[in-house]
Amino acid sequence: MSGIYKIVEKRKIWFTISLIIIVIGIFTMATKGLEYGLDFKGGTIIEINLGTDFNKADVDNIIKKYSSDFQSNKANDKSITIKATSLTNNEVSGIIKNVKAKYKKSSVTNQENIGAVIGKETRVKALEALVIAIAAMFIYIGIRFEFSFGMAAIISLVHNVLVMLSVYAVLRVSIDSNFIAAALTVIGYSIHDTIVVFDRIRENRKYMRRADPIIVADASVTQTLARSINTVLTVVITLTSVYVLVPSVRVFSEPILIGVITGCYSSICIASPSWVLIKRHMLKKGKKSREVT
Amino acid sequence: MRSKAKTKVKSTIVFFLCVILIGFLAYSGIYGITFGGYKLKPFSEVINRGLDLQGGVSVLEEIQGNNVDQKTMDRTVELLSMRVNKLGVSETVVAREGQKRIRIDIPGKFDAKEVIDGVAKTGELKFVGPDKKTILTGKDVKDATASVDSTNGNQAVINLELNQQGAKKFSNATQKFMGQTIAIYLDNEKLTEPRVDAHITDGRAIISGKNQTLKEAQRQANLIKSGALPVTVKPVQVKTIGASLGSNVLPLSLLAGKIGIGLVMLFMILYYRLPGLIADIALTLYVYLVLLAFATVNVTLTLAGIAAFLLTVGMAVDANILIFERTKEELKSGRTVKASVDAGFRRAMSSILDSNITSIICGFVLYNVGTGSVKGFALTLIIGVVLSMFTAVTVTRTLMKLVANMGWFNNKKTIGTFGVHDFRKGLVK
Repeated sequence: MSGIYKIVEKRKIWFTISLIIIVIGIFTMATKGLEYGLDFKGGTIIEINLGTDFNKADVDNIIKKYSSDFQSNKANDKSITIKATSLTNNEVSGIIKNVKAKYKKSSVTNQENIGAVIGKETRVKALEALVIAIAAMFIYIGIRFEFSFGMAAIISLVHNVLVMLSVYAVLRVSIDSNFIAAALTVIGYSIHDTIVVFDRIRENRKYMRRADPIIVADASVTQTLARSINTVLTVVITLTSVYVLVPSVRVFSEPILIGVITGCYSSICIASPSWVLIKRHMLKKGKKSREVT
Repeated sequence: MRSKAKTKVKSTIVFFLCVILIGFLAYSGIYGITFGGYKLKPFSEVINRGLDLQGGVSVLEEIQGNNVDQKTMDRTVELLSMRVNKLGVSETVVAREGQKRIRIDIPGKFDAKEVIDGVAKTGELKFVGPDKKTILTGKDVKDATASVDSTNGNQAVINLELNQQGAKKFSNATQKFMGQTIAIYLDNEKLTEPRVDAHITDGRAIISGKNQTLKEAQRQANLIKSGALPVTVKPVQVKTIGASLGSNVLPLSLLAGKIGIGLVMLFMILYYRLPGLIADIALTLYVYLVLLAFATVNVTLTLAGIAAFLLTVGMAVDANILIFERTKEELKSGRTVKASVDAGFRRAMSSILDSNITSIICGFVLYNVGTGSVKGFALTLIIGVVLSMFTAVTVTRTLMKLVANMGWFNNKKTIGTFGVHDFRKGLVK
């Protein structure tokens, strides 16, 4: 029995770690709420590069003429980011025109105007996508494997989404459609990861029919460990190079990076232990019903 | 023995032919090739770049009112396309999104207001008589141009040429309302309300707005000429991406892609040695095929798409890793190299299939539910996963078999031993 990592046996450690992260996350979400991005709540964002150093109060005075309720942020000396609750297109172009008149070298780097209705719709649709994707995978795994694997996979998927949400809630990063796309990618990828382990469990059970689920699971996790880690390593390599070199896609590469690492962790430390728990529970039930009849 | 030597020579030749072919494709994809009179353009010139990679204006228009039928929708999209094409920018997108929305992407334009006023207005022209009845609409107009009226204080005006029916209606109206006023509206905004001084029979009318510039008059003339949209549209989402942002992002993402893929390839060689090199050759073909698919299916590459592409590179490598780990286990259990390669593939197949199909399911859900950049991301993901399965299963397999026949795997140095897990490990009864 040498050389097997007792990962499933030590499941309480992993469950506790995850539980702590998720509880902190849910607590933060309950008290402070989640930060929604522009496309989830609607509104206006304008980013202007003024070309020179400037006095923020001067620019704020220009904006005040058009909006009574706005936030502005000075970024890297020359840029200003203006956020407001839904301005009309005329107001937006008025702001830009006036800023340009005052600061000759300025140019708009990014501008977005999203109606509140669209924001709500995007939010609802995103949630819909998450639910449909998870349900579709449950059905597929249920057919290809068996119910217990499907359940375990869903537990690990929900775990991943919750951990990602928790990280975002604690770090106060806003949640928008980029986040949802990232979450779905992570779901797709971590299930990819998990299935390889499950596939091994399915195979090993043929050789060791009478063995306890824990032993089968630990053997399978050990056998696939090199592959699990190498695979995630390759994805982490490509994503990290994007993360470092292309700052403007960080909204995207960051959640995927967090999610892929979470997904790797969960496919090793959460999915298989969950399967063991479900399988054991089912075996116990099976025994009981046999005793009764 | 002779036949074995023969397969060895044959395998060696086929292997190197494959490598040369893949190398040639990769070269043509990066630098382009001129061959005889034909020119194969490099991918950088053929693949469409999305708005976020080159900057521009994106407007999402919503049709007001319910029950928009297919015909009206098609007509609206067609009219909007016509107006967009007049701007003279290439690679514009006018596409339906959902039930009643139309997305207009115009790369290279950075004034959102100009786009909205020039393209995204309904363009409904109305001549209304003093009795509040509509006399003429945009449908009665044959041509509309803008010019400067030198007789009237150099004001910019819109010249209308009415069609036969319009001319007749206008003639009747000018006769009937002589001395009274006719109001002219564009999108329910009153442009002017001139007094009828003469009975106009030649079907020509001039609209002189208040203090408008020639550019503005030109824009309105274009709207009238292209015909009014059959519905009222309203911009619900407007996005401008600055040129500097767009132009910075592309070279950086390309660099990131090159470094990322390069590091992955290096990792594969260091860890798996000769099989790793084979995986890298397969990966090269994979990257080529994905870019080829982008070019042929006309996928617009966005930032999200690049992220998805890099993710699928990871997935393509994963299939190879799965196969190699399995092959190594078989080797450890004492099989011959050829038998191990075969068994490795067979046993890894179910993992590869199941894991990729779930990723494809995820991609389909994203594609159907998502909008805009999410859709592009999903399409890239689906194309990538399907092609990665193909290259991993066929190319890696063929090359592995050829190299096994060549006898190159018999050397411990080429196949490596670290990273091996004993298949029987943990299965002691």
